[in-house]
Amino acid sequence: MTTLAPPAVRVPETSRTTGGRGGSVTWMALPAFLMFFAFGIIPLVGVLFLSFTTFDIIGTVVPSGLTSWKAALTDPGLMNSLWVTFLIMALSWLFQTPVSILLGVFLAARFRYRGFLAVFFFIPLMISAAAISITFKALLDPSFGLGNGLHIDALNQDWLGKSNLAIGVLIFIVSWQWIPFHTLIYQGAVRQIPTSMYEASQIDGAGRLRQFFSITLPQLKYTIITSSTLMVVGSLTFFDLIYVLTGGGPGDATNALALQMYRLGFQSNLMGPASAIAVILVLVGLSLSLLLRRLGGRADESQLEGA
Amino acid sequence: MFNSNVSRRNFLGLTAGAAGAAALAACGSSGPSDKGGSSSSGGKAVATYWSLSGVPGEPIRQAAIDRFNKANSDGKITPFFYQNDAYKQKIKTAIGAGQGPTMIWGWGGGTLKEYVKSGQVEDLTSWLSQNAAVKDKILPSSFGAGTVDGKVYALPVETVQPIVLFYNKKVFDQVGVKPPTSYNEMVALIPQFKAKGIAPFSLAGQSRWTNMMWLEFMLDRNAGSEVFNNVFAGKPNAWSDPAVLDMLTKIQSLVDQGAFQKGFSSTTADSNADQALLYTGKAAMMVHGSWSYGIQKDKGGNFVKDGGLGWMNFPPIEGGKGDPSNTVGNPGQYLSISSKATPEAKAAAQKFFSTTLVDDDEKAGWVKSGGVPVLKGADSLFTGDDAQFLKDMASIAQNAKSFAQSWDQALSPVAAETLLNNIAKLFQKQISPQAWVDSMNGVIGK
Repeated sequence: MTTLAPPAVRVPETSRTTGGRGGSVTWMALPAFLMFFAFGIIPLVGVLFLSFTTFDIIGTVVPSGLTSWKAALTDPGLMNSLWVTFLIMALSWLFQTPVSILLGVFLAARFRYRGFLAVFFFIPLMISAAAISITFKALLDPSFGLGNGLHIDALNQDWLGKSNLAIGVLIFIVSWQWIPFHTLIYQGAVRQIPTSMYEASQIDGAGRLRQFFSITLPQLKYTIITSSTLMVVGSLTFFDLIYVLTGGGPGDATNALALQMYRLGFQSNLMGPASAIAVILVLVGLSLSLLLRRLGGRADESQLEGA
Repeated sequence: MFNSNVSRRNFLGLTAGAAGAAALAACGSSGPSDKGGSSSSGGKAVATYWSLSGVPGEPIRQAAIDRFNKANSDGKITPFFYQNDAYKQKIKTAIGAGQGPTMIWGWGGGTLKEYVKSGQVEDLTSWLSQNAAVKDKILPSSFGAGTVDGKVYALPVETVQPIVLFYNKKVFDQVGVKPPTSYNEMVALIPQFKAKGIAPFSLAGQSRWTNMMWLEFMLDRNAGSEVFNNVFAGKPNAWSDPAVLDMLTKIQSLVDQGAFQKGFSSTTADSNADQALLYTGKAAMMVHGSWSYGIQKDKGGNFVKDGGLGWMNFPPIEGGKGDPSNTVGNPGQYLSISSKATPEAKAAAQKFFSTTLVDDDEKAGWVKSGGVPVLKGADSLFTGDDAQFLKDMASIAQNAKSFAQSWDQALSPVAAETLLNNIAKLFQKQISPQAWVDSMNGVIGK
């Protein structure tokens, strides 16, 4: 690893992006591109192709035009899955964003046990979704779970057996796992806000609340967009968590789009319609992230005027 | 400085490239994808066998394969074991990708039909007529679900598994009630158990096929085996029989009365949580396959040994047309040979079929686990603690006027998934009985 030690003095960079030392550096993106091509582009093209075929996994792939698309779009389960997916998306965004911002601001301040607390804070992020689901499932079990064990009736609800409660539990677990991640993003962003802004506002007589709403929040604009994009697009792909926790139940109350796709493809052996749903998922994800970028306005405008 | 910078770049590029290559390589070889027959050298396995993990099956199968491998130095078998629900997905995907095992384990019926349709499994009919001795050792009634269009594609193995009503005798004594002899008596027990804080029935609702067992019995006791036979035969609107509506309404009424434990719709069968409710006395009764006996014996401490577990055929429904001797469940498990396997692997599999799978150790192993083997002449082995249970199961299986295969196994995967989905919704009251019927009529014959 000694070869990785940084050179003591760096040659001042020239302004040209090609590096100025002869030859382009675009080839350095090659490893990343190859990975993306192999695991992103090729499967995407494959799925698009499969959505215009009839394929039962065991037999052969038969091209069948729009048959699979028609089947997928007329399936009454699709509307329910779309609704469930957007509900989970909206609720988890509404809950995670304020909590993450507040925690991020809190952790960005310099006080003594911050680093120590931050380590604990990150534990949920490091556990696999399946393990989290199994644990919560056991804790929430009405017969053998926490509520029954401790004889606390308030905890002893049919948490995963009632539609609204099951959605609520799902949002809670998602937040429990992902708030630390978004907190980290906000913490970094808050630290980048120049202290001169706060000093200036203090001289002008602004209190803490005023500082938060007039300086911190506007300065976090792009961070909020980044974090929201990750949350929104990420929530489209919740699969493992729901699959283990509720299996889409009770009934079809938590049967999100990703789960519906899996069920069609691997339980009903209908790979064609399942691929059509996969394409819909990609389109929804792309348009949502484009929309969020638009909301952010021009990314090159300065946020530091007067700072 | 210039030079050192370039070499650093190259180094970084190489590391990234190597990491990428390693990741690619790792993805290519994940999971046991050995098709068998990749090597025919003496010590190496030529045939593969996939089956379910856990008791009672896994140790018995492991022992049988060890026995076979010891006796055969040339054609060895390697087993892989998977959880029930995971196995159902994995086997399909693997077969479709040409990565399936030599021996394909399953429940016969609709899934086997799909394999046959795409030419994935060997026709065993002529092999069985050449090896009549093998065929004669197996109960004739078990061949049905392994037969497609008059040809046998799968050998019945393991056990005959009728679904029965299990009950906790201790809980019945504690509440001071007697086991029900009819459906109305059973329904009358619900408030009595609830008053004592005991769930009348344990049900693993998230697994869905567990709920299905209720529908199977309620329909059969009500209207006989004819209604589902019509569905199976693909007759249009076969679900529209009034008996189906009556059965669905009865099911929803059971849910309304709180017949199932709180949280039943998030209980899974793979974790045996439904069994635990029964042997811990939190629930009084449970409709489940006969394999439940082995699980309760294994997990329930002294519950089974102390005579805590009772069982009976599902009680008759007052005024129902169905024969009370009828039962549903698994007439056997089924083993096919992959048509994609190498000749050596096929030969090893056939040898396994004709020797170890029908030998006395195999028969004794299943009996010991609390199961009724598909092999003939097991009655004399029914001794010891499990004798009464085994005798009762064998009698239910052999005296049944009709032994129907579980619906989700008999139907095609498309129809089965729609069925299970609708059943889950029915228990949540997210679908009305009439909408249920309409939805199910839509997938008849598909």
